[in-house]
Amino acid sequence: MTEPTLRRRRIVTAGGALVACTAFQAPIVRAQPAKLRVGMMLPSTGTYSPLGAAITNGFRMAIDELGGKVGGREVEYFTVDDESNPAKGPENASRLVQRDKVDVLVGTVHSGVALGMAKVARESNTLLLIPNAGADDITGPMCSPGIYRTSFSNWQPSYAAGAVAAQKKHKTAVWISWKYAAGEEAGRGFKEGFEKGGGKIVKELWLPFPREEFQALLSEIASLKPDAVGCFFAGAGAAKFIKDYAGAGLKEKIPLYSAGFLTDGVLQAVKAEAQGLLTTLHYADSLPIRRDEDFRRKYAVTFKLQPDVYAVQGYDAGLLLGQAMTAVRGDVSNKAGIAKALEGTVVDSPRGKWTMSKAHNPVQDIYLREVVGEQNKYVSVAMKQLADPARGCKA
Amino acid sequence: MDLAASLLIQLLNGVQYGLLLFLVASGLTLIFGIMGIINLAHGSFYMVGAYLAWSLASATGSLAAAIAIGIPLSIALGLALEWLLIRHFYQRDHLYQVLLTYGLILVFEELRSMIWGDDVQGVKVPELFAHAIPLTDTLSYPVWRLVMSGACLAVAAAMYLLIQRTRLGMTIRAGAHSRELVETLGINVRLLFQLVFALGVALAAFAGMLAAPVSSVYPNMGGQVLIVCFVVVVIGGIGSIRGALIASLLVGLVDTFGQVFAPQVAGMLVYLLMAVVLILRPEGLFRRA
Repeated sequence: MTEPTLRRRRIVTAGGALVACTAFQAPIVRAQPAKLRVGMMLPSTGTYSPLGAAITNGFRMAIDELGGKVGGREVEYFTVDDESNPAKGPENASRLVQRDKVDVLVGTVHSGVALGMAKVARESNTLLLIPNAGADDITGPMCSPGIYRTSFSNWQPSYAAGAVAAQKKHKTAVWISWKYAAGEEAGRGFKEGFEKGGGKIVKELWLPFPREEFQALLSEIASLKPDAVGCFFAGAGAAKFIKDYAGAGLKEKIPLYSAGFLTDGVLQAVKAEAQGLLTTLHYADSLPIRRDEDFRRKYAVTFKLQPDVYAVQGYDAGLLLGQAMTAVRGDVSNKAGIAKALEGTVVDSPRGKWTMSKAHNPVQDIYLREVVGEQNKYVSVAMKQLADPARGCKA
Repeated sequence: MDLAASLLIQLLNGVQYGLLLFLVASGLTLIFGIMGIINLAHGSFYMVGAYLAWSLASATGSLAAAIAIGIPLSIALGLALEWLLIRHFYQRDHLYQVLLTYGLILVFEELRSMIWGDDVQGVKVPELFAHAIPLTDTLSYPVWRLVMSGACLAVAAAMYLLIQRTRLGMTIRAGAHSRELVETLGINVRLLFQLVFALGVALAAFAGMLAAPVSSVYPNMGGQVLIVCFVVVVIGGIGSIRGALIASLLVGLVDTFGQVFAPQVAGMLVYLLMAVVLILRPEGLFRRA
């Protein structure tokens, strides 16, 4: 067993050489400001891994377009797989903050994990950019000067869906969703939008998350005969719901309205059943926006992938970091300066220009989209510059 | 729609859900009851079946062909797994079996990700059954769901005949009762168990293939099914096919009517049912057949 020792010695010598080198170069290096350490905490395994990859791609693309530098500081990345596991959220975020000494945290997809990150960010006074997690609370009761979201709140797209249903002169609607935080927040949004437009929710139907036996509740919808149905489902459950809704013959009789998560990423599985479905989201295919066309072309060439809403949200997080650092000239510890610069700032996003609210959530256009082929095609702007009510935000 | 009609429709929903549960649970109870193996990977076989249905149906253009090719493939998978891994664990403590089969879940998920990717995929219902029967003016019932129920009933009948009426079934029952005694009679119990395991795998995979057109095909799809199926096996009595059938129907009905009449506690009702059954009959509704 001499080999391991030998190898270790070689590494030690190499390390010594490296130290010597940096010592020599020190006078030159000092002229450059220190690198900005960015901790990317996103899922790279599990169901959400494609979302994590899209966000990372978008973020890096934005930073690269800025020349790899923000506020004069070169960006250095540190990555952790958050596994979409809320139990490990605080631990993983702490690791980035304490071990890797990151200046900025970026993440994540899962709201439960993001809430843990927010806690760590607040306690360690680290800047946090949230490129997806839609929990209303993050920019509601838990809003904080150092926490910014570049995606949406669960309330936003569902409020627009409810408003659209009311605009289409539907008087009564049934709401159906999973009984969990995101579903309940979406439900409140839909109800508010629909009832403000003069409609009435006649019944709310809830399933335990993530159950996919919809048949019993679909039969109940058929017997209630509302004018419209509002729902919130995402991922595989959404695919199953679309299939069962069409299979039960309800699609032709009772129109379905939903936040766009219903039809995002599942159309290859439910192409036939989903045709013509109307959904609302802050992004769409074939948006009539030049910025978006350029973004999509460049993204497709760079990553050999079609961009999606997650890529845009990651891209915007990169843009936002650039704007913040430019304002404070790279001094990330100047939280008050960052807040002053970002609140009310306009981000020129591929999704269309949006404004950062006082609670740090995008004030943005919500689009009405229709499923055509395998695309969520832009129809119109459902809600112009819609702001989350940010209930409970005292900041 | 009047109350009677909607009750009847919900009854249909409950029975249909229960029958599909039976198909998965019957394989689980066979492996658990007869071989004494706690197989957490059973849900993975369900997922493998669904993915086989999807990839073979895309390749051949027909779900029937996919099932015809998929079943021998899943039997082969079962035989190979038993030979490679499971047979070394018959004499071990249940804890080792749980660890082994939990590990298998991770392996199958990773393989699935490598071979088939992480996207949600859809399988087309065969043209012949791709229509729906109108039940009321707003609701219709997809014919494929009825086909699924029919197939489940046929499998239940075939399993009953196999276990109760054939020589093979008799030796399986005897082997479960006393392995040593059957071995001294010159019967190859090792081969017998290998067959039982492969049959269990094939049943789960077949359920996955049947369900693929209505449930879509997606990562981790076996996880939820597995938990409910363990409940079914415990309620029905470990190792009892008849128990699994009755328990599946019971669970299907309780769950369906629970969602309609007691939505607040619908997620719990099935587990409450299990608790009640265990208090009244600790060994489940039926003892080992």
